[in-house]
Amino acid sequence: MVYSLRCKVIVSGNARGMILATNQPINFLSSVDHSTGMIIDKNHDLCGHFLKNRVLVFPYAVGSSVGSYSIFALKSNGVSPLGIICTSKTDITTASGCAIADIPLLELYTDQEIPEFQKNVEGIIDGNSGVLQIKRI
Amino acid sequence: MIVDLTKEEEEALDGKYGQSISIAYKILVSIGKATDAERLIPVDWVHLSGVNYNTIGAAGVNFLRKYSQETRFLVPTTINPMGFDSHKQTNLSENFKSQQDQIVNAYEKMGTIPSFSCIPYELFQLPERGHNVSFAESNAAVIVNSVFGLHTNKESSLSALASAVTGKAPYSDLRISNLRDPKIEIEIDTELNTELDYGVLGYFSGKSVKESCVSFGAHINNIDMYKAKSLAAALGTSGACGMFSNKEITGEKISFGREEENSVMDELNTSESGDIIALGSPQLGMYELSLLSDMIGNKKFSKQCMIFCPRSIYEKASNSGIVQRLENAGANLICDACTCLSPLITPEEFDGVITNSVKAAHYLNKSNRVSVCLNDVRSIVKEYTR
Repeated sequence: MVYSLRCKVIVSGNARGMILATNQPINFLSSVDHSTGMIIDKNHDLCGHFLKNRVLVFPYAVGSSVGSYSIFALKSNGVSPLGIICTSKTDITTASGCAIADIPLLELYTDQEIPEFQKNVEGIIDGNSGVLQIKRI
Repeated sequence: MIVDLTKEEEEALDGKYGQSISIAYKILVSIGKATDAERLIPVDWVHLSGVNYNTIGAAGVNFLRKYSQETRFLVPTTINPMGFDSHKQTNLSENFKSQQDQIVNAYEKMGTIPSFSCIPYELFQLPERGHNVSFAESNAAVIVNSVFGLHTNKESSLSALASAVTGKAPYSDLRISNLRDPKIEIEIDTELNTELDYGVLGYFSGKSVKESCVSFGAHINNIDMYKAKSLAAALGTSGACGMFSNKEITGEKISFGREEENSVMDELNTSESGDIIALGSPQLGMYELSLLSDMIGNKKFSKQCMIFCPRSIYEKASNSGIVQRLENAGANLICDACTCLSPLITPEEFDGVITNSVKAAHYLNKSNRVSVCLNDVRSIVKEYTR
């Protein structure tokens, strides 16, 4: 089964990887280990998961304005997501961090709904036409 | 929506003025798309975060070193605290100090005003209400929007940097007058007395709302600067919200009572006591320093105490004798730095930190990995001075 979802392009580019999804916002400064890309906030439902090589699907970033540098550091350290989808209003921290780190960033249009995620789901970001494909493998 | 650039802005994006300026426009266009801006507008003042080596790390240092080689700030630009007090001896590693120096050098090369403060709104003359600025440092963005009527979005370190080198920011969201009205209200069903109570309210609210402006109704009328800063800092730490207001609304309301207060305290109050008191996240201004000095009187702290404030406030407080009184009480006043992500507070050295700052509690727990005992400043002074 392949779903195609329409998105607004914030930072263009293409990416393909296994989806890592959460309904909780992320504080990129305090909740992520910048050298390993692991989510370390024990109050976060992705605690223990790694961002590396994933397509991160989350609502928006919260907290420190330095989170934009954190996204850049994740990329510099080779542990960043391949692409990011914001399911709510894209925040300035994520947008500027992705712009500088060249990480494709899309925002799901409000009339589009992501199906309930199962395990082993691949995300294919077309950051030129603004489409997210979701594929179970 | 497409951000409509002028011909000159297009050329700058395409690299006519060098790679650094092109990157800045790429950032402005991406945040413009994210916030549905139609165009860019000039800003009068930029405040940058991303100064403490503990926050931006080696990747940030490398970026800034290169970035500062070919670009300069076009508008007055102030900067956040760094990792330590440059006038005092520290036990920090040579590596930390040298990396921190490189960050400071890069910002100074670009022409920063060396404020090293997260409360620039208490240090400099503010533009008139309604003027556009670009403030990273979430407490400062929230305070200037909510208390002083300046217009800024909750900028990131990098988006504010892009504004500093171009003098521009997207015209969107909290920069548009009629989008500054709250769409959501927190209905407060508990007594708010201390600055800690307001911090707890802010932390809960940041987590609960995704709108850019939140109303607290009449509960924030006439609150003093200590409470306003505590509220703003906590709101900025837990959420994406960039402004609070007292305008009551007719739409959706979220209730905040004893249960919600307890849930925040359960998350952040992780120790019954501590071996050091840390005050100042945000940094303390004149008002809080003199309040603190009055509370302490002739007593002395029974534990180590660090107080963080901007250097210009320290000098003013020195002239009026407040610094001497606090130092006589045993406090260590630290300039240029802040409790939040301070490299001076590590789990190797301290088992627990006593503070009244919800923002500090968040970062001490989650980033510094030190347990925190949260209490209001009056109770801290009462319990730990004699």
